[in-house]
Amino acid sequence: MSENQIKNLETEFEARIARDEKIEPKDWMPEKYRQTHIRQISQHAHSEIVGMLPEGNWITRAPSLRRKVALLAKVQDEAGHGLYLYSACETLGISREELYEQLHTGKAKYSSIFNYPTITWADMGAIGWLVDGAAIINQVPLCNTSYGPYARAMIRVCKEESFHQRQGYEIMMTLANGTPEQKEMAQDALNRWWWPSLMMFGPTDAESVHTAQSMKWKLKRKTNDELRQQFVDQTVPQAELIGLTIPDPDLKWNEERQSYDFGPIDWDEFWQVVKGHGPMNKERMKARVSAWENGAWVRDAAVAYAEKKKEYKSKEAV
Amino acid sequence: MKNKTLYNYILGIADNTLILGQRLGELCGHGPSLETDIACTNISLDLLGQTRSYFQYAAKIKGEDATEDSIAFLRTERQYVNVLLVEQPNTDFAYTIGRQFLFDVYHHLFLQGLQQSKDVNLSAIANKAIKEVGYHQRFSSDWVKRLGDGTEESKQRMQNAIDDLWRYTDELFHTTESDDEMISEGVGVNVSELKEPYYNKVKQVLEEAKLNVPESKWFQKGGKRGIHTEHLGYILSDMQYMQRTYPNMTW
Amino acid sequence: MSKNWPLWEVFVRSKNGLEHRHFGSLHAADAEMALENARDVYTRRNEGVSIWVVESKYITASNPVDNGELFEPAQDKVYRHPTFYDIPDEIKHM
Repeated sequence: MSENQIKNLETEFEARIARDEKIEPKDWMPEKYRQTHIRQISQHAHSEIVGMLPEGNWITRAPSLRRKVALLAKVQDEAGHGLYLYSACETLGISREELYEQLHTGKAKYSSIFNYPTITWADMGAIGWLVDGAAIINQVPLCNTSYGPYARAMIRVCKEESFHQRQGYEIMMTLANGTPEQKEMAQDALNRWWWPSLMMFGPTDAESVHTAQSMKWKLKRKTNDELRQQFVDQTVPQAELIGLTIPDPDLKWNEERQSYDFGPIDWDEFWQVVKGHGPMNKERMKARVSAWENGAWVRDAAVAYAEKKKEYKSKEAV
Repeated sequence: MKNKTLYNYILGIADNTLILGQRLGELCGHGPSLETDIACTNISLDLLGQTRSYFQYAAKIKGEDATEDSIAFLRTERQYVNVLLVEQPNTDFAYTIGRQFLFDVYHHLFLQGLQQSKDVNLSAIANKAIKEVGYHQRFSSDWVKRLGDGTEESKQRMQNAIDDLWRYTDELFHTTESDDEMISEGVGVNVSELKEPYYNKVKQVLEEAKLNVPESKWFQKGGKRGIHTEHLGYILSDMQYMQRTYPNMTW
Repeated sequence: MSKNWPLWEVFVRSKNGLEHRHFGSLHAADAEMALENARDVYTRRNEGVSIWVVESKYITASNPVDNGELFEPAQDKVYRHPTFYDIPDEIKHM
């Protein structure tokens, strides 16, 4: 194809997205669109899979049977969401194994929030309430994103995820209404998860490199800072309602903006964790890699068996 | 307690599903593929769901302020009466599948019996659970065949797991005192009668999987009397941690 | 030497009377596993009464490049639609 032809195709492509048409796997697409989507969708899938670990950590220790089954179901949903997203990503011509390879070698990123440790039961509440809360704000607009398979996966994810945040908030509420010890546990979890949750929306708009392009392709509808503000405004009253305090001395209602002002985020910590030096980066990766490597013989066996079974069948036919 | 025998009988059923559900829960996020992870979690959820139904019923029988959680979390090591099989660790995926398979075949036969129970609560639980367990048995049998007749390595691992876990199978068919009393009242299942169909079914699947049926006649027992392997203590210290550290709280 | 599990497409009938609809895809080594995985992955919330799975490589798909010749010719065949025909207003149901 000549450069001119490609230009025309690109113009037509952008026009289709501007008209709110969906792009499907076999449609022509600019290479950059394909690469950007592989990066974002896989990053999203990896986050689901790595995100299973900090919560999976508490399945055996959940304090009641009701909490245990709810947590198990939630962590299982995350596996399901990872699976939907990997499948969406595979329609762009990359295999799940290649995507795992990128994760395991550190080439691909995942949400940094999962590099923090879950040290008390209240962390299950804080993650559900804050981390899933932040994730939902990020994800809902993606149900309308331009790439069809991604949008469809997100619709399913968002539908299923609605119970996750409620589950988390209910845990926090129960603790906050419980004994002083329980309330302290809840407050401590909020203290530790609040700032990392704000960081989940990514760098400030001034620092963010992808925003303009992502807006055009509807991978984003609002900027990082707008989403972060939405999260703060939505979460502060929820904390107040159950008598917990947001760990930010600068937090204040701004009558003029009809929004909360909040204190500065520690971006040094953010970059430290992103670059692989968070408290749990190494453990999370090790868990993923060893699950994959220890499972190799199982996957191989299943393939070998499938081939043998085909043979048996064809012999029977003769 | 008015009906202590029935209460003990229910523990004998539900401790199995509790401990096996707990064991499977350990694996969530660490399985060989996303798909198998999701499947094993489903089995765990089924078993824990059954456990809750049994314990809620047991709590009613016990009265006082017993709850499903006080029964699940607040007994001591010697008071758990699950069979030794279900507390065995997830040494590798072959052990997980082997343990599941050896239990599922028993569990399905047991629930068929329990469906006939004169106790309507128990038969109702069995009616619901048997569909779940039918699926578990199908899933674990398929995997025994895949691993047994897969590669050299998987065959070896699956055989090791079966050989190792075999010694815990005979205990499944021992009757306890509460069993005897419940059988005579038409409430309980006579597990000793399940032995023959059990080994027939197990052998059939193992043969299809091209695995050797172990010949060892040495078996372990004790779980039903609360005498466990060393594994149970560790399971309980995880499982009971919250309830023990923060007693009498609502979660 | 690891060989990967192939990709399968999953179709689920939500209830009798409805058609099977494409729900998504997954990996499995064989058809039985694909069915079991589909059940565990896509019907966890009671979404289905029947499942079809087919290995993705057996699906032949039309190419969007041909959309012009494949689909546009149907756009102006208005006579295939009932509204193309005039009938007296008095006739309510036809």
